[in-house]
Amino acid sequence: METLRVLVADDEQGMRLGVRRVLRDLRIEVPDIDAIAELEIDEADCGESALEKIARHTPDILILDHKMPGISGLDVLDRINGKYGDMLTIMITAYASIETAVRAVKRGAYDFLAKPFTPDELRNTVKKAAVRIVLAKQARRLADERNKVRLQFMRTLSHELQAPLNAIDGYLDLIKNRTQGTTLDAYNEVVDRSQDRIAGMRRLIHDLLQMTTMESKSRNRELARVDVTKVARDTIEMFQHQADGLGLSIHLHREGPLVMNAVEDELQIILQNLISNAVKYNRSGGQVHVNLDRNGTTISLGVSDTGWGLPPTALDRLCDEFVRIKTPHNRDVPGTGLGLSIVKKIARLYSGDILIDSEWEVGSKFTVLLKDNQPEPCPDAQPAPAPCLAARA
Amino acid sequence: MPDTTAHDVKEPQVNSLAQRLVLIADDDPDFLFQHSTVFKSLGFEVVEAASRAEAIEQLDRHAPTLAVVDLMMEESDSGFALCHEIKKRYPATPIIVVTSASALTGYDFESLRGDQRTWIQADAVLAKPIRFDQLAGQVSRLFDR
Repeated sequence: METLRVLVADDEQGMRLGVRRVLRDLRIEVPDIDAIAELEIDEADCGESALEKIARHTPDILILDHKMPGISGLDVLDRINGKYGDMLTIMITAYASIETAVRAVKRGAYDFLAKPFTPDELRNTVKKAAVRIVLAKQARRLADERNKVRLQFMRTLSHELQAPLNAIDGYLDLIKNRTQGTTLDAYNEVVDRSQDRIAGMRRLIHDLLQMTTMESKSRNRELARVDVTKVARDTIEMFQHQADGLGLSIHLHREGPLVMNAVEDELQIILQNLISNAVKYNRSGGQVHVNLDRNGTTISLGVSDTGWGLPPTALDRLCDEFVRIKTPHNRDVPGTGLGLSIVKKIARLYSGDILIDSEWEVGSKFTVLLKDNQPEPCPDAQPAPAPCLAARA
Repeated sequence: MPDTTAHDVKEPQVNSLAQRLVLIADDDPDFLFQHSTVFKSLGFEVVEAASRAEAIEQLDRHAPTLAVVDLMMEESDSGFALCHEIKKRYPATPIIVVTSASALTGYDFESLRGDQRTWIQADAVLAKPIRFDQLAGQVSRLFDR
């Protein structure tokens, strides 16, 4: 509920009372944002008093009579002269004189009412102004909110970018002060650690670019028929070496093609992030399972691991930017904290979402749901039904 | 059970290098490694902790002559709580608080006055990145005066 303040400036008491009566119980529905506005009404009996009230407590809407003793309505408009940014003025012109109305609008009035006017005309004119004000207020609130989010993001980002620089700076300082003696070999670990941080910063920059790319993508992306199974198979191959090193096995639970309308790069990014996490946050000798499925127009990409799982309190914010859940098990696992937020942004491009199911000390499952906007008549059967049957066999 | 270790460190034996033991608590493995290297090169024995919980465990086992505490570890106030715990057990142990929190993130330690600094229970507050010279300078200020 929004309450807008209306000031009625007119020398005729009858007119002020009439306006008050018509507007008093008016409830204004604002379309699009589902808001309702009420009016709170104040009066001024001359131009001077109106100016004083405006200066003291600026109303949202000024209903201003042109013909008043002392300073006229047009003079009041001149003195206001756009000083009160958001206030809208509705001018009441006495003799239905179009010239006065035009002059009033030229001097900054929002609208005019020609005497004599009906209660409905008054209501409609005020409603129009009120809707405009409520929408402007709402737009400003959203812009403030966006600015706040952006500022917070920039703060976190600058912290994340400074961290590796500080670390490398510290390592160089160790060398400069010969803290490990004068033989170069003594500093091998220091150099290795610095290079790890440089690699981490590269990953961060890569992820940032990927994230902003996803944010700026328009609705006119070029979608094509993509076989999700093939993308998954290729992605698994990318991580096979790393998995072997940790004694992990990766299982793909689908043989036949799963075709959907998509941008192949986006599916790759989703699967790379999910499989990379499942490998990184696993325990040695563990498993990664990749499940691909279709349910009507919904394609699901599920990746589960046998890692340490996440504390339940962490799940809500897991897909936020730069969130990394610190546990005793993942202290040395490198990451940027952007992967899942990128995945979520891509899912949104497909009117989809990401579901997280995790049990502390047991493992996690991440499922990305994507809407296929052009499903095949016979799901998965493409081009002929034969591979479909083969896949199910 | 009387806590004899705590009793021993009430007056740190500042003149004997061999008995200097520093507890370094920092959840950032890089800083842990770096500060540890610096203190070893200054002749300290080093005990490392990557969280407040680990630091408390170390406090059960060791009575440090100096503590270096990162303010934000597992929680954003872990360092505050740890400082409090250290001063409670070993009132004579000086604490150097290190932090990457700056005015930008809402914590502005540079502007804190003396009495406000006592509230964090730190004998020195250093903003990251911290140079070798700064740490060495603080150590000589705290021990060799």
